[in-house]
Amino acid sequence: MRGWLGKTKALVLLGSLLLLLSGCGKENLTALVPKGYGAQSSMDLIVLTTVVMSAVFLVVVLILVVVLIRFRKKKGQEDFIPKQVEGSVTLETVWTAIPIILVIIMAVPTVMAEFDLADTEERDDHRNITVTGYQYWWHFDYDDDEIQTSQDLYIPVGERVYLDLKSEDVLHSFWIPSLAGKLDVNPENVNTFYIEAYEEGVYYGKCAELCGASHALMDFKVIAVSPEDFDQWVDDMQSFDPEELELDSVAQEGKELFEANNCMSCHAIGGSGDPLGPNLASFGDRTRFAGILDPTKENLVDWIMDPDEIKPDNKMKFDNYPEISEEDAGKMAEYLMELKPSEITPDTVPDLASE
Amino acid sequence: MSTATMTQKRSFGAALWDYLTTVDHKKIGHLYLAGGAFFFLLGGLEALIIRIQLMFPNSDFISAGLFNEMLTMHGTTMIFLAAMPILLGLMNAAMPLQIGARDVAFPFLNALGFWLFLFGGLLLNLSWFLGGAPDAGWTSYASLAMYSSGHGVDFYVAGLQIAGAGTLMGGINFIATIVTMRAPGMTYMRMPLFTWATFITSVLILFAFPALTINMFLLMFDRMFDAAFFNVDLGGNTIIWQHLFWIFGHPEVYILILPLFGLFSDIFATFSKKRLFGYTAMVFATMLIAFLGFMVWAHHMFTVGMGPVANSIFAVATMAIAVPTGIKIFNWLATMWGGSITINSAMLWSLGFIPSFTIGGMTGVMLGSSVADYQYHDTYFVVGHFHYVIVGGTVFGIFAALHYWWPKMFGRILREGLGKITFVLFFIGFHLTFFVQHFLGLMGMPRRINTFLPGQMLDTGNLISTIGAFFMTAAILVFVYNIIVSARDEQAPADPWDGRTLEWAISSPPPYYNFEQLPLVRGLDPLWVEKREGNGKMLPGEPLDDVHMPNGSILPFLMSFGFFVAGLGFIYQTDSKLWFLALYGGMAFALGCMVVRSLKDDHGYYIKKEELQKALDREAK
Repeated sequence: MRGWLGKTKALVLLGSLLLLLSGCGKENLTALVPKGYGAQSSMDLIVLTTVVMSAVFLVVVLILVVVLIRFRKKKGQEDFIPKQVEGSVTLETVWTAIPIILVIIMAVPTVMAEFDLADTEERDDHRNITVTGYQYWWHFDYDDDEIQTSQDLYIPVGERVYLDLKSEDVLHSFWIPSLAGKLDVNPENVNTFYIEAYEEGVYYGKCAELCGASHALMDFKVIAVSPEDFDQWVDDMQSFDPEELELDSVAQEGKELFEANNCMSCHAIGGSGDPLGPNLASFGDRTRFAGILDPTKENLVDWIMDPDEIKPDNKMKFDNYPEISEEDAGKMAEYLMELKPSEITPDTVPDLASE
Repeated sequence: MSTATMTQKRSFGAALWDYLTTVDHKKIGHLYLAGGAFFFLLGGLEALIIRIQLMFPNSDFISAGLFNEMLTMHGTTMIFLAAMPILLGLMNAAMPLQIGARDVAFPFLNALGFWLFLFGGLLLNLSWFLGGAPDAGWTSYASLAMYSSGHGVDFYVAGLQIAGAGTLMGGINFIATIVTMRAPGMTYMRMPLFTWATFITSVLILFAFPALTINMFLLMFDRMFDAAFFNVDLGGNTIIWQHLFWIFGHPEVYILILPLFGLFSDIFATFSKKRLFGYTAMVFATMLIAFLGFMVWAHHMFTVGMGPVANSIFAVATMAIAVPTGIKIFNWLATMWGGSITINSAMLWSLGFIPSFTIGGMTGVMLGSSVADYQYHDTYFVVGHFHYVIVGGTVFGIFAALHYWWPKMFGRILREGLGKITFVLFFIGFHLTFFVQHFLGLMGMPRRINTFLPGQMLDTGNLISTIGAFFMTAAILVFVYNIIVSARDEQAPADPWDGRTLEWAISSPPPYYNFEQLPLVRGLDPLWVEKREGNGKMLPGEPLDDVHMPNGSILPFLMSFGFFVAGLGFIYQTDSKLWFLALYGGMAFALGCMVVRSLKDDHGYYIKKEELQKALDREAK
């Protein structure tokens, strides 16, 4: 009996070890390799609590193993009646007092970090961005710079950026595991926190709160660039005028189709104001279409022709625009992929070193 | 119901009628176990479908909408329709015997509680066939629940409202039973730990379930009668739902685990042949856990934006729960220390519980650190954590309890070999499935996602997790087989485990009146005391006399059916006013049954003392 019990334990241990060796996850997605201030604060506490609690776990397992080795019923002593011990004040005091001390060791840094991360007093000295969650996409409004993006959030590296989160429909939760923990995006109030990236890179962001059929597909990206690049990106975005784009004849036709098929009633390209659908200003630079598709023309055509097939229950529906032929969708895709306002794109950001 | 018919062989119809009308706590225990087992298999099937969908990236085994229905129904079914009723079944089966009582305080109410649970559960699951199950998660957060189209969430509201009322009745009933019906000499501080845990759990039910009831009413009024408690556009607030849900939901977790804490205390003492180490500390630790359980609900809401003061208070309170829980773990270890330990299936599940639940407890403390929780929250880390608590604690405990009390409940001993195979398969499968999920969460996998893209390094972990689920499925099949084959084994003895508590002092299964004479309790572990200091038999605590018994009644079944019909009426009256007929009709029928119950005198019947004397004589031989 003890043999297989030990074997199982060994298997579990071996398995988890293999898992650890195989890496801590994708370098721009995992919370285990923090690349930002909030993620680092969380990681410090994750490590502290894991170490403390693992020590407790080891003590428990050690005692359990000793008990099972020493105090099994022995052959020839079936009638042995052990001493009926009522308890021991000393022992019980020990295993009450030690956990209390351990709890204090974990609680004090938690409270300190909690107040540190919730601090919004300095927000006026930093950039503020309003983040709005929609089923199933994200909108970013750079209030001070009067520019907007959807799905891709550009931030300068090494600077605090304050985010005001609110939802236009149901509860979402805004999470960039590598940069910071998550904060809920409530329909009734604005939640504020700050993020700060330590390294340039393209980071995965996800919705963490069940928000409907396409909850799993509500991904976004955070593009952390150097402060100089960021300033240039802001300038480019501000001066971007889609009317001045030099388009070939196919893309020009696509532009006309885009306008003729009612797309503009939901999708702005640049500008300001509250959107109904994602702002397409930097669409040509997106790392993913609709948050999840590889940025190829074929995928975009599929998307325009049947968005509900790709992202169930999303609000881009044929009630709002007519059915579109594959040919027309192709032309519109050509146009949309030309929407590249800036030299600063996810492609110009250096890859994160994988660890 | 006369006593003579009890021993005769009965037709299936008669047996069915007997169970439909029974008010006997042991039979109601059987019903709860059967109902809970049915829903456990259903919830397990849903879990398996979830894991198959997540076995590979970009999988389209089931659609996104159906996946959300699966995850909602898996959680709701497992918590409300599997774990809760199975625990209520175990309490029904064992607690009255442990305190030396002939039944619970309110046998009629006991039956009503069961039938309300069953009809509530059936109503909820009917949604599968009537346009789609609820799809807003088992927590059914109001913003999404308000948006959810179709009637799924309406079924959730109506089904849980009815089932929840049944649970509340069970809780009140057990409190009254333990306060008023303990055998002579059974003082509070001589009660077995399972009885203590039942008592404290019932108090939790009494205070926690009303919060759920109110929440369900608010959502019902919003969805069915155009109120605006959660409608933000009209000034409502969806955070209220979260608070009310977790004011119920967190104590609910302790409702699920505390009875098993009690059970493990009994099992460790029995199979180590030692009295429980630190009995008083164990009782007060249980109370402290229950008390603190009401103080920590908002740790489920650290990311809601409550601010640092609230988050800090709830973080510290949450960590504090580790202290009484630690006391319990170490007291169990100390109980076994120096003992003479027998390892059988019941004990295996209990031993497996200690490391498994300790992992769940340690991740619990880790989650309590609010800033760390900003990463854990709503990810697979949390999924791993609560399955370690609920499966590693509650389900392990339920299996231990079934092996331990099966002879007392059904008069058969489950086969040891099959029991051990079940445990090994389940133990491996459980750790395979859920351990890796902690890492998946930290590697960036949110919970409740129906699919994930390849290339995020989440593939291997999810595959391992799904493989584990198949192991657990196999284990459950072996257990079901065990139940079937052992049914043909010979009758179990009264005391197969060298037990310490009162339920082992009477035959397996017990006679329908439990005790001919209520036993005299002379100390903690009363049967053990008699084995060591007496002749191994309980002394009578009362002279032999006629015993008063309640009559069976079909009214609980009918009443619950009335509420079931009314529930359908509530759900569908938004479509057509004709459904108000069902609403009012069902209500009128249920209320009519109550009137009949109130006005019709039912004095029960007496078992003559001559008959009891005969039973005593038989036992003496």
